Amino acid sequence: MNIELRGISKRFGSVQANRNISLDIRASEVLGLLGENGAGKSTLMNVLSGLYQPDSGDILIDGTPVRFDGPGDSIAAGIGMVHQHFMLVPVFSVVENVILGVEPTGSADFLDLAAARDQVQAINARYGMDVPSDVLIEDLPVGIQQRVEILKVLFRSADVLILDEPTAVLTPQEVEAFFGIVRALRDAGKAIVFITHKLHEIIEIADKVSVLRQGEIVGGGVPSEFSEADLAEMMVGRPVSFSVGRGTATPGEDVLDLRDVTLVDASLEVRLHQIAMSVRAGEIVGIAGVQGNGQTELVEAITGLAPVASGQVMFAGTDITASSVRQRHCMGIAHIPEDRQKSGMVSAFTVAENMVLNSYYDDSVARGVQIDWHRAEEQAAAACLKFDVRTPSVFLDAGGLSGGNQQKMVVARELERGVRLVVASQPTRGVDVGSIEFIHKQLVACRDAGNAVLIISSELDEILDLSDRIYVMYEGQITAEFDNSSSQADRGAIGLAMAGANRTAAA
Amino acid sequence: MADQTQMDPARLAASQPVANVTDWRRIISGFTLVMLAAIVLFLLDAPWDSVSTFRISRPRDTWAVGNLVVPSQLINTLAAIILAFLGTRLFLRGGGRWTGLSLGVGLIILAMAFLVWATAGKAISLTGMLQATVVRAVPIALAALGGILCERVAVINIAIEGMLLAGAFAGALFGSLMGGWAGIICAMLTGGVFGLLLAVLVITYRVDQIIAGVVINLFVLGLTSYVSSQVFAEFRWLNKATPFRAFKIPVLGDIPLIGPVLFNQNLFVYGALIMVTLSTYYLFYTRMGLRARAVGEHPRAADTLGIDVIKTRYAHVIAAGMVAGFGGAWFTLGSVGRFDENMTFGRGFIGLAAMIFGRWHPLGALAAALVFGFADSLQQKLSILNTPIPSEFLSMAPYIATIVVVAGLVGRARPPAAIGKAYTKD
Ligand SMILES: Nc1ncnc2c1ncn2[C@@H]1O[C@H](COP(=O)(O)OP(=O)(O)OP(=O)(O)O)[C@@H](O)[C@H]1O
Ligand SMILES: [Mg+2]
Repeated sequence: MNIELRGISKRFGSVQANRNISLDIRASEVLGLLGENGAGKSTLMNVLSGLYQPDSGDILIDGTPVRFDGPGDSIAAGIGMVHQHFMLVPVFSVVENVILGVEPTGSADFLDLAAARDQVQAINARYGMDVPSDVLIEDLPVGIQQRVEILKVLFRSADVLILDEPTAVLTPQEVEAFFGIVRALRDAGKAIVFITHKLHEIIEIADKVSVLRQGEIVGGGVPSEFSEADLAEMMVGRPVSFSVGRGTATPGEDVLDLRDVTLVDASLEVRLHQIAMSVRAGEIVGIAGVQGNGQTELVEAITGLAPVASGQVMFAGTDITASSVRQRHCMGIAHIPEDRQKSGMVSAFTVAENMVLNSYYDDSVARGVQIDWHRAEEQAAAACLKFDVRTPSVFLDAGGLSGGNQQKMVVARELERGVRLVVASQPTRGVDVGSIEFIHKQLVACRDAGNAVLIISSELDEILDLSDRIYVMYEGQITAEFDNSSSQADRGAIGLAMAGANRTAAA
Repeated sequence: MADQTQMDPARLAASQPVANVTDWRRIISGFTLVMLAAIVLFLLDAPWDSVSTFRISRPRDTWAVGNLVVPSQLINTLAAIILAFLGTRLFLRGGGRWTGLSLGVGLIILAMAFLVWATAGKAISLTGMLQATVVRAVPIALAALGGILCERVAVINIAIEGMLLAGAFAGALFGSLMGGWAGIICAMLTGGVFGLLLAVLVITYRVDQIIAGVVINLFVLGLTSYVSSQVFAEFRWLNKATPFRAFKIPVLGDIPLIGPVLFNQNLFVYGALIMVTLSTYYLFYTRMGLRARAVGEHPRAADTLGIDVIKTRYAHVIAAGMVAGFGGAWFTLGSVGRFDENMTFGRGFIGLAAMIFGRWHPLGALAAALVFGFADSLQQKLSILNTPIPSEFLSMAPYIATIVVVAGLVGRARPPAAIGKAYTKD
């Protein structure tokens, strides 16, 4: 099945998200779509999936013009989309989410969950996805939730798959497995649109690439003819440097010190096992590890979101093990959460309101029991400008921002406050190359100002690029430590540790 | 070497780190139970030689059963011991799912002890009381069901009270004009019309859902009060419907105790039980039910899968109106056949409470409605029995039951995630 988009335009209020875009999507081909945050990629794909109706322009399937009045029409036409922000019902099980809208039924509209489970498991097995059927979505880590999204599309046996930043939440290993699936699908004759901010992924998997900037197509071609730098420049409109010039660190006192911290979950399983680690002032420490090895719990233990079972969390010499989240926050711990939509922002609040979520009670914006909105808005506008959060106004709902801009908004909020320790979990998830450069520079500046920075990332490149010291986490333990300050640590050794090679040594 | 923790995705699933947090619910529940034991032991005491008599059958019944006669003080002493045991057990160990269970059992024992104490040296009809419980639970259960149908698709329905009242009114008026069945149908249609009105306001025009509901309530109250005082007072034949009588289901209705309570009731009781069963099946076992719940939890996800959020919401809000209309007809066609000003008396709101205690589940809501119904009929019986408790306190019983049930039994109840929010595409 081939799809042609002809002259698609779409406007939201004052924002022209798509301007006269034409695009060919062909069977047995992976089309990579690049563009900076807010360039209009998601909007264009939402038009194709029938969620938005274009202001003008046509969609042609195999040469015949079609009209999608809703996602139902586009699904019926064989188009499936994996959305950038998960479209999963948190309190439904995996099967229920996968079958929603195309449920197998018996008589009297009876939901045939058993049949559904079998079908889901069959797809699961075919692509080696290993997703449990009956667990609730809200209890699954993001990486697995992503696979559920893919299962959903495959379950509908779509001919055209739109994947909006599917790899943003995957670990490098998962990305490899995922690319295996994408290749298999392409070889099976499916047309695939693949959106990402990771240029090497485009070069690796895409057969063709198109680049969007400010709602317009600005270039494209066969990816192998471009270097990453070319693509980045085409996207952003200026040359981008991929690694921050990071001076040597001058570490001081311990700011964060974990002493044999053990964390146990509700079902009494050990999630963190006697973690001992420290982050010093003027130092960036990176946590490398395959997602799901206790990083989330580590962040929860540090920020106070979860109580620890034993051990101590020391912050600047004081024991904060029993301190509340607010107390830690006021002491100067900033937290960039891994899932911005779940725990980083309130979609239905305006950008300005989101910007004061961590400071609405203190002198910077509060006057007694009132919030000085005038000041809050000024500060928000300034922060948006500084962090390049692209929004026409700070009075718009944050949910209307593009994914990358939401991320930048969260980062801006956390870094703009005076802090001593930044706990940054996946700080550049979903952010375009230009903005990654900027966020990285901000984190390094934070370090150079004498603060401690802890970075948790599933991107080993990001860890290697920024960190002065690297810990590797495996199965809830710290299994290795590497020095990365003067010369780069041994990538291979880190990779091995991430895969569990050191575990006996550390326990 | 310390043993290695396995962390496969399925196991990680369960990781919600709340370990070693003091379980206050358990402690408070334990304390409550011990207090209740003390109350039963010291306040509800009767002479050792007195007996409580509960009548089960009437002499003319097909299969008559003898009266249940129990020694009052012995039973209550035993009740106190069991309560104390349950409470102490919660203190010492366990918790988790035992908390709710213990408290539930404890409350049933308390109600029993209370009855035994109040009837010490006297006699009451147990069957009659349970029958009244079911009858009184009907409007509450139906109101709750109306609430559930709406809230499951994320529309708050404060207007349930108004819909009940409108149903009661339409039932009386059209029941008088065209007979009982027509009265029921018109009551349901009237409820449906108000459902449609609410839907237009909150779904299409995105009026605040609470405000729209309050407006409908005030409108219905004003309109029906006006008509009943101005028109019905003048033309009495407009407000004189023949109520539905109880009819006995053959054989089943003759079973002692259960027969009269469940199988010798009027149309509304059967209707409510059928509706609760059907909607449980619908919401949790059918394709359309799954879609409806998705619309209430994550409308955008439902939309991206081709489910029409707006249509789904309209259909459910209208259906909820019809259910509430039927429940409203209970007040007139199910009992006296006459409409009185504001005769629903806040039952719609109690229904909404029952919906929450029942965790947005029809069966849960029915159970909650039965608790209210029981407290209601208990209060009525006790005022006849001449207990030393002032009647004002007795009429508090349903509400006290509510508070205890919510605090102890419900625990973590979570409404559909999108509740109260209008849906817009962009
Ligand atoms: N529902 C909406 N309401 C208002 N504005 C919107 C909405 N959706 C998108 N926009 C605006 O349209 C523009 C394009 O957004 P879009 O989400 O398509 O960007 P994107 O290319 O997917 O970016 P990212 O890489 O950050 O996901 C942005 O300026 C965004 O603020
Ligand atoms: Mg996007």
